[in-house]
Amino acid sequence: MSNDPTHQFLINKIVPIEIGGIDFSFTNASLFMVATVGAAAGFLYLTTSQRGVIPTRMQSVSELSYEFIASMLREGAGSHGMKFFPMVFSLFMFILTANLLGMFPYFFTVTSQIIVTFALAVFVIGTVLLYGFYKHGLGFLKLFVPHGVPGALLPLVVSIEVISFLSRPISLSVRLFANMLAGHITLKVFAGFVASLSAFGALGIGGAVLPLLMTVALTGLEFLVAFLQAYVFAVLTCMYLNDAVHPGSH
Amino acid sequence: MFVTAAYAQQSTTTEGADAHDAPAAGEVHTETGVAHEGEHGSGVFPPFDSTHFASQLLWLAITFGLFYLLMSKVIIPRIGGILESRHDRIARDLDEASRMKGEADAAIAAYEQDLANAKAKGHSIAEAAREDAKGKASADRAAVEAELAKKISAAETRIADIKSKALADVGAIAEETATAVVKQLIGGTVTKTEIAAAVKASAGN
Repeated sequence: MSNDPTHQFLINKIVPIEIGGIDFSFTNASLFMVATVGAAAGFLYLTTSQRGVIPTRMQSVSELSYEFIASMLREGAGSHGMKFFPMVFSLFMFILTANLLGMFPYFFTVTSQIIVTFALAVFVIGTVLLYGFYKHGLGFLKLFVPHGVPGALLPLVVSIEVISFLSRPISLSVRLFANMLAGHITLKVFAGFVASLSAFGALGIGGAVLPLLMTVALTGLEFLVAFLQAYVFAVLTCMYLNDAVHPGSH
Repeated sequence: MFVTAAYAQQSTTTEGADAHDAPAAGEVHTETGVAHEGEHGSGVFPPFDSTHFASQLLWLAITFGLFYLLMSKVIIPRIGGILESRHDRIARDLDEASRMKGEADAAIAAYEQDLANAKAKGHSIAEAAREDAKGKASADRAAVEAELAKKISAAETRIADIKSKALADVGAIAEETATAVVKQLIGGTVTKTEIAAAVKASAGN
């Protein structure tokens, strides 16, 4: 393995596929997307197969994640927002599983690719726009006109609202991507220090203890970040969906 | 110096890359702070390597689409069903419990009622028995008293009889005694009429 901290984000073709001159190869990223779906769906499917009234521990985990997202969505977007539950639940479980799988050494982190997180963010914002215009027609544009703003300030406020709306897919995708990327690079850099310092003999091994401790601590932090970023993505999705369900309520 | 060198290298390599990524790549260049050795094909920071974007998007659409379908068609109805049935079960059990509690309360009330009735009945029986006993006792006493009174009055009449008879006898005894006394003292006889008159005169005193 290379000591290059960006090596872990390299994409390698496993099965080259080319359609119409465009490269659609099955890569290691694709493999880990499949693994993410397999792990998440498999866990949820197998743990709930008993359908026990009294849940086993693993069944409780599935139920807790269900209720966690359900209450998040109900608080964020109200009971009308519950029709988006499959979407928010899928997003949360997919991102969480992808982040956690990425914590395994030598595993590829699906969410460390900007195109993946951007696609997920565009999916969210696209849903908000489509549903908003489908449900409220042009009334959806009230989203950009907050209540009780004096007429003179209106152009300024509306342009700020539009800009903030347009920046949502960027902030949503970059937040997840950058957190995963930076975390994995930091881990790799500190772990690399351990390896390179211990090459300098006894003194180096003594010096390597610090970055080793740092690596251990960062690993713990990264597990937190893996969960937290999935949570943040889901919470923001709920908030944006609230705009689609109730425009002009903020 | 580490970073600036990397930045220089980064900016030269990204210039050749897709113009769309260039600003984004510039934003996060500090994270790529370790120099590229040019060991990967395009030399672009891997997450921004647009050559794989189409493949990534396709496979993300396939895998996430499949995941979404699995979630919305299988997993969510299943977990929702489990939670629903548990909720129903708990509600049913609570209903059953409250129904049973109602029954228990009714049974307790009936029991209390029976107990109160029994107490009242027992009380009245005791009362009646006491009244009965009291009545009988007073009747007995009255009977005994009446008999006693009868006996007393009979005894009194007998005493009165005996007394009057005795009193009547006193005159005869006194005459006999007086006759005997006179005979002894005087040696003569006195007529019965004289004696009777004398006795009567002394009795009169």
